[in-house]
Amino acid sequence: MKSIQTHPFNKKLRIREAFIEGALFLFALLSIAITVSIVVILLRESLLFFESDEVTLSGFLFGTKWQPMIGYFGVLPLLNATLMTSLIAMIVALPLGLAVGIYLSEYADEKFKSVVKPVLEVLAGIPSIVYGYFALTFMTPLLRSIFGDDVVQMYNMMSAGIVMGILILPLVATMAEDAIAAVPVELRLASYALGATTLETSIKVVVPAALSGLSATFLLGLSRAIGETMIVALAAGAGPKMTFNFFEGAETITGYIVRISGGDVSYNSVDYTSIFALGLMLFFMTFTLNMISREISARYQTEYE
Amino acid sequence: MTDILQKIPETDNVDQAMTDEKKIISVDDVTIHYGAFKAVQNVSLDIAQNKVTAFIGPSGCGKSTVLRSINRMNDLIPSASITGKILFDGHDMYESSVDPVLVRREIGMVFQKPNPFPKSIYENIAWGARIHGFKGDMDELVETSLRQAALWDEVKDKLKQSGLSLSGGQQQRLCIARTIAVEPKIILMDEPASALDPIATGRIEELILELKENYTIIIVTHNMGQASRVSDYTAFFMVDENRSGYLQEFNITEHLFLNPKHRKTEEYISGKFG
Amino acid sequence: MDTTTHFPTGKIAHERAMKRKRVGYVWQSLFIFATILAILFLAILLISIIDSVFGYTVMADTLPLPTLIEGRESPDELTREELEFLIKENLSPGMLRKVTYDKTLEDRDVTDLKALVEQYVIQPQVLRTWGLWASLTEQEEIGRFAEEHPGSYIIFKNWMTPSFVIAAQSSNPLIAGIRTAFLGSLWVLLVTFLFSFPFGIGAALYLEEYARKTRLTKIMQLNIFNLSAIPSIIYGLLGLAFFVRVLEPFTSGAIFTAGEATVANGRTILSGGLTLGLLVLPIIIINTQEAIKAVPDTLRQSSFGLGATKWQTIWHHVLPASIGRILTGAILAMSRALGETAPLVVIGASTFISVDPTGVFSKFTTLPIQIYQWSARPQGAYRNIAAAAIISLLVLLLVVNSSAIIMRDRITRKKRLER
Repeated sequence: MKSIQTHPFNKKLRIREAFIEGALFLFALLSIAITVSIVVILLRESLLFFESDEVTLSGFLFGTKWQPMIGYFGVLPLLNATLMTSLIAMIVALPLGLAVGIYLSEYADEKFKSVVKPVLEVLAGIPSIVYGYFALTFMTPLLRSIFGDDVVQMYNMMSAGIVMGILILPLVATMAEDAIAAVPVELRLASYALGATTLETSIKVVVPAALSGLSATFLLGLSRAIGETMIVALAAGAGPKMTFNFFEGAETITGYIVRISGGDVSYNSVDYTSIFALGLMLFFMTFTLNMISREISARYQTEYE
Repeated sequence: MTDILQKIPETDNVDQAMTDEKKIISVDDVTIHYGAFKAVQNVSLDIAQNKVTAFIGPSGCGKSTVLRSINRMNDLIPSASITGKILFDGHDMYESSVDPVLVRREIGMVFQKPNPFPKSIYENIAWGARIHGFKGDMDELVETSLRQAALWDEVKDKLKQSGLSLSGGQQQRLCIARTIAVEPKIILMDEPASALDPIATGRIEELILELKENYTIIIVTHNMGQASRVSDYTAFFMVDENRSGYLQEFNITEHLFLNPKHRKTEEYISGKFG
Repeated sequence: MDTTTHFPTGKIAHERAMKRKRVGYVWQSLFIFATILAILFLAILLISIIDSVFGYTVMADTLPLPTLIEGRESPDELTREELEFLIKENLSPGMLRKVTYDKTLEDRDVTDLKALVEQYVIQPQVLRTWGLWASLTEQEEIGRFAEEHPGSYIIFKNWMTPSFVIAAQSSNPLIAGIRTAFLGSLWVLLVTFLFSFPFGIGAALYLEEYARKTRLTKIMQLNIFNLSAIPSIIYGLLGLAFFVRVLEPFTSGAIFTAGEATVANGRTILSGGLTLGLLVLPIIIINTQEAIKAVPDTLRQSSFGLGATKWQTIWHHVLPASIGRILTGAILAMSRALGETAPLVVIGASTFISVDPTGVFSKFTTLPIQIYQWSARPQGAYRNIAAAAIISLLVLLLVVNSSAIIMRDRITRKKRLER
């Protein structure tokens, strides 16, 4: 007979359970590891880039020429092309996306929505390489026939930007609709009860109330445009150029990375490290935009709770 | 005591009492459906000008539905349909040529939950006036509206602050001020005090009694004490076995509460159900 | 109270109201227009691609048949002897050896020989191509173009043929196909799925079922959102530096084939698949989290109430209840991976490959890369086969996505029946 009876509910060590929980935790930790590796790799290679004799930090940040062959590493032409194509994309996507968002949320009936929403989903699901082909074979010839072959170059930022706008339109439209639909219905009722029309209610009450949600949409769309690659790689031109003419070709940051890495580049060359320095810049820009966007939309969600 | 006795009109017949009133709204045999569901059926009653009319009744009896049909807020629900007539100054408001936007300009509404716009206190009031082409002194309009809503003294130093920064009771008075700023003829109130504490409720009730000098007020309420305190006429709605509402009894408030004609009315006001 | 009103009355009020109404209609039509424009974009996109798949092509033969054998206009008119003769006569010895390596001329049938004559002897070249619309509207110009080029002839060509789908990649657009790229896409996708699916579900399970609301959990969640939003090209840089370069012995298969020289130097299907795996991982995690969140808590409670452990509850109740949505989310993530181009180009997959992949250590090309390479070449015929490849890719995506929808419907219907 036992002198000390064990408690029937004593904790049992479940090795399997503990092992599974530990493994799942490691899986979750992987996401952090990915971010850390991205940052470490980009930083490490960028350091090598800035250590090379031909490169100085100020020359990189403020130089207006990017010609690695003869030792010019000024990022401004690439950055300028990235920002210009993104600007065109936002000029296309923002008003259109906002209009679609307002229409779907404030005007459209369920039947119309059930047609438009799948179309937006399909548009969003088409790979960007297809949009690149579209820019090259449809938008560019269209622009050239409108403005003339002597005005519009074969590769130009306008065509790439417009098509990029079409690419991010579904993202902007869906996010705008979500932000607008999240405005409490009571505000609409209050406005209608004062004798406001649907337009006045939408534009002057609902949209201002959704403003922070909409600005989060804008930032995420911009981040998407800045990081977009295949359209600009195909249609915006290969060759860095400092130009403010939308109808000229100029290589963007992403376009340059794709072109250089597409060739067989030697690991110890400045070409190789330069794409990481540009990648770091790209990561920094999009990361900042994403985080601000996330912060704004998180605050927006609590605004009406 | 004598006050109360004097207040009791001699006649206990609402039709007779109504002959002395100017009827601003006539609801004539109105039935409202939501899709296939009949929400409320065959309602007929008159609303007297510059009086307070209360709609009472158990949940789901259609009192709010009828209230919303008066300024065509039901139009915003796609499945809602209405038969019958609602006359405003003798004009049928459901004729196809009628613009609901113009109806709502004349018949304002205050909602159950205070819903100020996420704009400044000043803008909350100025906005409605501006869309209707107000030409006078906006500062003055804001002040008079806030004074009428008994809110001026509390907010006069913070007109630029957001309307959402006010307390619940203040927000509701801001909503009332916003409604009267566009000078409607009628104000509909859908349980305006149900989300408020007793003190704020008391202030809203005082306000209603002041406002009836200039406006006709229709108020939906769950609170029978409130109905008896603020209203001149009371309509009691009931719900039938098919869950559709109907008008059970409409009378001068005192008579409806002191001497109800129907057993259901009596049971409801004595708290047996609801 | 002041009885005069500062609001417009009477006719002025009426006119104002009408004006507001008109402005409302104008804007409403603008909103509708924008919405219809979005639909129109999709239509134009698809039409412009289909347009490039069909149309007139002006061709010229490098060695026109009549100059080789008098009186013969087409290979169809040739006898077996003539075909064999042409092949032996016109192919270089090396080429001939290559052609006869797996099958001698004697063993080949006539159709086979005709194809060889066409490809190696006559060698038709594309001079210029027109899209479907241009073929219908600019026939005069096409005719004039053909006249300006002596020896050329016009044919109406459909570029999206069965042989295009099954032929291997080639530098000649007339015989190039997408088999190599298609197989490459499937192999890469397989690696991507095998990597990202278990890791994605595991991470989502941890975050939804185990994690307490600590700082670390919050950071993880924020981090996953950020990973889902950073440009895909950054993943390419990560893959290039890590999988291709640091892990080269592993990803090239060198450590498995002890000593054997590898040709792929890390730019293999394995590297590509893992890179895309990292790219879709956050998407899978987010989708799986949504699926798990949708499982009602009562289900967990009833399982715990019977004395089940946490993992038993997850394995027997939470996962079965959410597997439909999880799979749908995973398949949608796979369709994203299927269309990705930039990261694969960055890790160096954009080289000319005409050999089918045989395993995870093969060099590879994928459909989007093929589209990129063909689109980037200015000669007409490449644009046409790029369009045909796009159609193949879109059809593939359609199949993948509709399989996700069908699977989701099936699983939810089955559950409904069980109830």
